[in-house]
Amino acid sequence: MLKRIIFSAAMAIAMVSAVSVATAAKLTGPVSYIIPFGPGGESDISARFQQPFFKEKFGQDMVISYQPGGGGAVGWASLNGLNGNGQTIMGVNLPHIIIKPAQKDVGFTTEDLNTFYMFHYTPDAIVVTADSPYKTLADLVADAKANPGEVTMSGSGKASANHLAQIKFDKLAGTVTTYVPFKGTGAAVTALLGKQTKAEWGYTTVGAKQGDAVRMLAVAMEERHPLFPDVPTFKELGYDMTGGAYRGIALPNSADEATKKLWSDMIGEINNDPAFRQQMLDGGFAMLDVDADGMADFMKARIEEYLNDAREAGLIK
Amino acid sequence: MELDQFLAAITPLNFALALFGVLAGTIVGSIPGLTATMALAVLVPVTFAMEPASALILLGAIYTGAIYGGAYAAILLNTPGTPSAIATTFDGYPMAKRGDGDLAVALACFASVFGGMVGALALLFLAPPLSKVALAFGPIEYFWLSVFGLSLIASLSNGNLMKGLAGGAFGMLLSTVGVAEVSADIRLTFGSQTLIGGFGVVGALIGLYCIPVLIDLVAVPGRHLKVEENVKAVRIGDAFRLALQSKFNLVRSSVIGTLIGILPGAGGSVAGLVAYSEAKRTAKPHQKFGEGEAGGIMATESANSATVGGGFIPTLVLGIPGTPPDAIVLGALLVQGVRTGPAMFTQSGSIVYTFIYGLLIATILMLPTGLLIGRYAYKSIVTIPKAVLVPTVGFMTIIGTFSIRNSVSDVIIMLCLGVFGWVVAQFGFAASPIVLGLILGPIAEQGFVQGWIIGDATNNLFGMFFGRPISQGILAFTLITLILPIFLARKKSKLNVELES
Repeated sequence: MLKRIIFSAAMAIAMVSAVSVATAAKLTGPVSYIIPFGPGGESDISARFQQPFFKEKFGQDMVISYQPGGGGAVGWASLNGLNGNGQTIMGVNLPHIIIKPAQKDVGFTTEDLNTFYMFHYTPDAIVVTADSPYKTLADLVADAKANPGEVTMSGSGKASANHLAQIKFDKLAGTVTTYVPFKGTGAAVTALLGKQTKAEWGYTTVGAKQGDAVRMLAVAMEERHPLFPDVPTFKELGYDMTGGAYRGIALPNSADEATKKLWSDMIGEINNDPAFRQQMLDGGFAMLDVDADGMADFMKARIEEYLNDAREAGLIK
Repeated sequence: MELDQFLAAITPLNFALALFGVLAGTIVGSIPGLTATMALAVLVPVTFAMEPASALILLGAIYTGAIYGGAYAAILLNTPGTPSAIATTFDGYPMAKRGDGDLAVALACFASVFGGMVGALALLFLAPPLSKVALAFGPIEYFWLSVFGLSLIASLSNGNLMKGLAGGAFGMLLSTVGVAEVSADIRLTFGSQTLIGGFGVVGALIGLYCIPVLIDLVAVPGRHLKVEENVKAVRIGDAFRLALQSKFNLVRSSVIGTLIGILPGAGGSVAGLVAYSEAKRTAKPHQKFGEGEAGGIMATESANSATVGGGFIPTLVLGIPGTPPDAIVLGALLVQGVRTGPAMFTQSGSIVYTFIYGLLIATILMLPTGLLIGRYAYKSIVTIPKAVLVPTVGFMTIIGTFSIRNSVSDVIIMLCLGVFGWVVAQFGFAASPIVLGLILGPIAEQGFVQGWIIGDATNNLFGMFFGRPISQGILAFTLITLILPIFLARKKSKLNVELES
């Protein structure tokens, strides 16, 4: 009899603890962080910066893997088929997850993705080589007006943040420039440095990486980037342009609310670590703190903005 | 020379890391589907706790080892372990079939060490000036380079030009499936989600090369590879003599490999193929390329190993990764607080030089480790009974393909391509032109589209395509590659006619 009581008590304790494990989400081992692009891009670099902080703060390894294909579509289309127990997360990028599903059926929709944190953006910037005749944005605009179409600008991908920025700026400045899409920012910068194109639509991160080899003419931020106090914003120069490419993380949509909250808090903690913030700012990124609670409003505003821009640009119907 | 950095590189810990890295890399590289990129991506967090220089030495050693490891599967199973080893199959597998697999493995090791040294020395002494090569190559140069690469089909398809060209065209067609890189269009997927990621090169390699071998292994009785009586370990002496004989081949191939490694986006596969075709073009009459000619292995393996050092040149000097593994090393550098780019050699010079010395040491260590692993790889492949070999390799093809990006679609595509490859092989279509088309198609397309947009914008289309000196040079080489064999054949037949009459 006593044996039986002890047994059932033990069973009860076991069951209670099992239940409590299920409700209070926690990590049970190394987490898999999937980047839906190849290595070396801004998404990969940001993940690599987060990796040591994650290990240090939460004691678990963060294993980064790459699942490139279809400009990210292969990864995002597979995300909701993965286990939602919180051990697997995937990077998400704007405008990609908004523009791609709006163009064609790519196996996912923007709403499908269970995005829980947006941690930074790379502000759009026009970059030229250090010895370029374009000393200021005004020089470039003047040349583009005098020789419509002859100012070639490299950028990463088509219907991408760079491409949307080029179309928007042309409209605001009343210029005609020629956009040349390349495979990723690396290739677009190579084309600029090799003088294959006259300028590049890139990000502030390009300025941070290339240092003295390049000059940024303007950045699409509300205020100047702390790393580049001498580079004016488009707004200062009279062009109402802010934005760039945003990056964040999503869970499979089978993840419960507790898991989502846990992850949102963890990434938020990393994002607010002063040492991490300093690393990111030195890399040219602009920080952002949109957690799970603020995501719906943030995404709604971005979807409206990007779809509007893409429609005006004729990239989607 | 900076002795401090050299001494820093040869601490016992760094030495042990280099040895471990070469070993691990060689094993990973020898398994089709497991790539250097993957091994590096998994190991990067381990390096965070290390000194920057030690971390980089480990990563560099893995990369070097993996490129060499790709040769094992190419020689012993006719399946390139990495895309870099495609051209190694051409002569490596015939050699293994006739019982010279041990010799082929040793040759690949010597050639890899030689090529790796040339690449690393170029990185050490000539990095800043050579990085300009990466910048001199614009879209049009990439377009012409890939056309040149495609012209190699002519020299690769022995007497079967039409079938080779058909295979190449088919490969290019396959490369257009999925989301287009520059236009972002979704093409030829027929609404299927399986095809949206396109045909990956590594999956196609496994399917087109490995599956037909497995089918043939099951279909024919007898041993997989012919085994000579009383097999010696590895025929180091013979291999060394052969390597000495073709020193010009080794030097030329290593220089080709270094230069092509500098071009972001071209990579080891293109380098190996270009070096192979150059070796074949300049061959002596008694050398029969494609039938187990030692020079073929040496050309490919020295060239693809040279791309390791070459690829680090734009990575370190310009901050532009030459290959995906370079991109991962670049990420690790950033996390370690090393700023790559123009100022790096002056600001973080000591770490960079320690890394380069580490790379050199790893390359030298590849000689003993490579020969040792090669001996075991060869022995186990020839002695394992077919009933074990075929299921094991079959299992690895599926795991390998799946692990590239955790995609079941890739496995389905790989198996379909495999069966397709076996069927068309019965009609004399080889796998290599198809893979060549698949690799070069996107490079050609992007270069063409970008070149056209820039040329059109500046009202100089003709000058864009034909007026640039480097383009003209590549174009001239292409024409020589295409016309010379026809010319020589004419001359030969004319000679024969004269002799007869």
